[in-house]
Amino acid sequence: MQTALGTPTLSAVLSFLLIVVLTLAVTYWAARRTRSTREFYAAGRSVSPLQNGLALAGDYMSAASFLGITGLVALRGYDGMIYATGWLVGWPALMFLIAEPLRNLGKFTFADVVAFRLRQVPVRIAAAFGAILTLLFYVLAQMVGAGNLIALMFGLRYEWAVIGVGAVMLAYVLFGGMIATTWVQIIKAILLLFGVTLLTILVLARFGFSPDSLYAAVAGGYGHAALEPGGLVSDPIDAVSLGLALMFGLLGLPHILMRFYTVPDARAARTSVLYATGFIGYFYLIIPIVGFGASVLVGRDIIRKVDAGGNMAAPLVAELLGGTPFLGFIAAVAFATILAVVAGLTLAGASALSHDIFTHAIRKGAASEQDQIRVARVATLVFGIVAVILGILFKGQNVAFMVGLAFAIAASGNFPALLLSIVWPRFNTAGAVWSILTGALLSVILIVLSPTIWVDLLHHASAVFPLRNPAIVSMPAGFIAGALASLVTSEPGAEAKFHDEKLRTYLGIGAE
Amino acid sequence: MYDAGVKNIDRDVLRSEEFRALVWRRWRVSLVLTLLLFVLYYGYILLIAANRQLVSRSVVGSTTIGILLAAGVIVGAWALTAAYVVWANRHYDPAVSHLRRRAAAE
Repeated sequence: MQTALGTPTLSAVLSFLLIVVLTLAVTYWAARRTRSTREFYAAGRSVSPLQNGLALAGDYMSAASFLGITGLVALRGYDGMIYATGWLVGWPALMFLIAEPLRNLGKFTFADVVAFRLRQVPVRIAAAFGAILTLLFYVLAQMVGAGNLIALMFGLRYEWAVIGVGAVMLAYVLFGGMIATTWVQIIKAILLLFGVTLLTILVLARFGFSPDSLYAAVAGGYGHAALEPGGLVSDPIDAVSLGLALMFGLLGLPHILMRFYTVPDARAARTSVLYATGFIGYFYLIIPIVGFGASVLVGRDIIRKVDAGGNMAAPLVAELLGGTPFLGFIAAVAFATILAVVAGLTLAGASALSHDIFTHAIRKGAASEQDQIRVARVATLVFGIVAVILGILFKGQNVAFMVGLAFAIAASGNFPALLLSIVWPRFNTAGAVWSILTGALLSVILIVLSPTIWVDLLHHASAVFPLRNPAIVSMPAGFIAGALASLVTSEPGAEAKFHDEKLRTYLGIGAE
Repeated sequence: MYDAGVKNIDRDVLRSEEFRALVWRRWRVSLVLTLLLFVLYYGYILLIAANRQLVSRSVVGSTTIGILLAAGVIVGAWALTAAYVVWANRHYDPAVSHLRRRAAAE
């Protein structure tokens, strides 16, 4: 098959320009409404549940899910579906364990909740460390992915692609803060859901709208093995460990947790999770159909020839079914997806630097509104520039494991401290600091010693740590370190405050 | 941040049976649903690991049990989320507004 991939076609450039112009216009509108920290970090707490549900979905459905899972299903069949389910199951857990107390107790960041009744300076620094570590690995994977994908789709040079993404998303965050970022996520989520729905319909139309005929064609072309579990669950412990990281990592992702402060109250937070789970569930339910469709209609050999990882399966099947205009649209949607996710990550990184480190650790909570806004913008710029530099430095490196690492750090470093601070009266400052440091650092160390880096990247004969995903060890370690450090130290004030804060946690009395 | 709230703390409401029962009920519902989520998702993963043949079997035409299970996990996870929202809207919110009124009145 002849493909226009890699050449800037008229439709691709037009769709791409339309998205950039639309999102920048939204940013201009949002910039005039962004004056206080409450607006910059939390969109004035005036986002509706449906809007926040779409924005959460936009933050979560990255190009890696859209292009990566389609490619995984196209090349490896059923294993891609197993992987897709793992990406959804964190959302109910987020609802049951974290969402409402988080909304009631916090102000702008999840560190607000952890530090609420503890000593501000050490807890803020530890929580910001966990947050920034998570975000840096996450944004690095996004940036390298963005450079590669845009180079593949538009034929643009890798460096220019990374700088372009950095510049546009900095415009959103710097000028429009959370209001612009939220609307960019909403636009992106709608475009992505629309694009994938259209792709699914076009694929199914080729098979008489019967998914079973599609599976029959997959089995006909690649054998029944394509519909059976392959290597992904060969080691059940590793598979459960990956599942734990995906499920509880969500509960420690700073850019996701931050979204809960954009809605007016806990009830709105709850409703927005239901919407988000619906949109994301729908997305992971239909994305395998696109992947299977690509493997039958385009063929695995061609998909692999264009990109060995299979990332171009979705654009290729779009071109086959809808011609160059549809390819252009899907490519532009993938680009919008990257932009929006990177913007969300940058805003969260800026909030950890400015709200947690500057306002609370350095100024002890006594910074003026103007100072806070100024520092927030400087922090945005710093985080964005670091992201671009890292993206360029890691050109050509295999960074696919970094999203997994980000989830492992979030599950092991951020989530245990957050949950313990909400539910355990005895939890104290020492516990929080030890929990975050143990969980975060152990995740990093174990990943370095795992087959993913020790064998695949460093070419040692065998790995020191046998599992590819460390969460099954590092997450319990985060909990145990937090419990032990709390039990051997004493902080009577923290426990008394725990009981006093319950009216806020459960009834929302005094919530921001 | 903390001091602003402490003045208004209503210890009667805080210590009331009604409030303590509400907190207890909230966590019991949350933990039961979390447990169901665990059974749903890790059950699915462990079933694949334990019995590959079963998951690979076709039920209708070429559609395998595994494909239906994957879809079932996604739909089930959403249903559990919806179950929590229904419970919270019907039982938790009315109790919260009742307690809030009580705290404001005293």
